[in-house]
Amino acid sequence: MADYAGDFGSFEDLAMPHFVRLYNFACWLTHDSVAAEDLVQETYMKALRGFSSFQQGTNFRAWMYRILRNTFLTSQTGLKAAATTDLDDERSPEPADELTPESILLARMEMETIQQALEALPVHFREIILLCDLEEMSYQEIGQALGIPAGTVMSRLSRARKAMRTLLIARMEGARQ
Amino acid sequence: MICNEWREQFDAYVDDASAERGPDEFASLEEHLRSCPSCAAEALNRVQLKRATRAAAARYVPSPTFRLRIEKSIKPKRKLLWTAAWIPGLAGAIAAVLLVTVSALIWTRHVAHEEAVAQLLDMHIATLASPNPVDVVSTDRHTVKPWFQGKLPFTFNLPEFEYSPYKLLGGKLVYVHHSPAAQLLFELRKHDLSVFITQENQGAAFSGMGQSDMREKGFTVESWNQDGLRYVIVSDAGPTEVRALGDLLKSAARQ
Ligand SMILES: [Zn+2]
Repeated sequence: MADYAGDFGSFEDLAMPHFVRLYNFACWLTHDSVAAEDLVQETYMKALRGFSSFQQGTNFRAWMYRILRNTFLTSQTGLKAAATTDLDDERSPEPADELTPESILLARMEMETIQQALEALPVHFREIILLCDLEEMSYQEIGQALGIPAGTVMSRLSRARKAMRTLLIARMEGARQ
Repeated sequence: MICNEWREQFDAYVDDASAERGPDEFASLEEHLRSCPSCAAEALNRVQLKRATRAAAARYVPSPTFRLRIEKSIKPKRKLLWTAAWIPGLAGAIAAVLLVTVSALIWTRHVAHEEAVAQLLDMHIATLASPNPVDVVSTDRHTVKPWFQGKLPFTFNLPEFEYSPYKLLGGKLVYVHHSPAAQLLFELRKHDLSVFITQENQGAAFSGMGQSDMREKGFTVESWNQDGLRYVIVSDAGPTEVRALGDLLKSAARQ
């Protein structure tokens, strides 16, 4: 039914290719498969309703992610999760302790360790790392998904990765002792 | 520049953001990396961590049931109903009929000025929503055609459908503009097609029906006159499929 009532047909065509990734992203945000399903369902419903107002030429994927994470962040668990983040303390540059030996021996790093570190990150750090490293979005696209300027994307990403490295080093040192 | 300052560029470097910043963006950074083993090792580390994160983060897979649920919930309502309405006695049938009626209502409002088309579409949708869509249930043209004898003031020919993708489901007697007409129902994969056959003098009312408007709503209408009869096909199938059924019918009418 390619020519079925224009708008809806194309919504399905545009939205379903992102389904698996959106679900994965939702699981990382909610830590719960039932909550993730609800979140994805709500995202698709909201997107479907809002599709007529979706601006052609805007990034559809970023738009879907934005709906999903905004829905999450305004939910009860989301509000709680976000409250733990010191949001956009953009007072970079980084403290100058960067040269401490932070080489992470990835050869010895289990996938599980990385997953645990991701889970331990505050939600605003976790989401930006997922969008960048997993979804491979450009900084511009990430900005659209998170509703922040590209400059903020870069500084937040930098702090998120630093937090991630710190967690990983702590875990490796803990394991060594 | 000291190493810490170079390392501020590492994120953009690792993300290969050169597309956004121009190809020479990292030329001087790479020059430093070639002369600084410590920074080179750290850069490699960051690249590896990004790669490992990608692998570790692709972790959760939705169940097929959940995918189905989402697909259903974003599909246009009418399409779902047509499938559901076909199963007699289905629990959701009443709700389905109601929704189909509402769809038809909305449609009718859109094409109030094209009454004739609206009427045929209404009949098509009502047929699909009915627990007994046709009065003569048969896939055999030799059963369906004689059934209309004595009920209609005209006769028509039907081709052999056995070797075509179209499945004849049956037919029923309907009234178009107060005159008796034949409605034949066909199935093509997930699509349903109604063929209305009336006497040509009734057909005048169908001239100039807004075919493009119909297509916009997800329906295709194809009509022609032949041997003193007016044929109109109404379907949610695409123009190509509808035209092919039309060609099939035309070939039989000529015999
Ligand atoms: Zn250096």
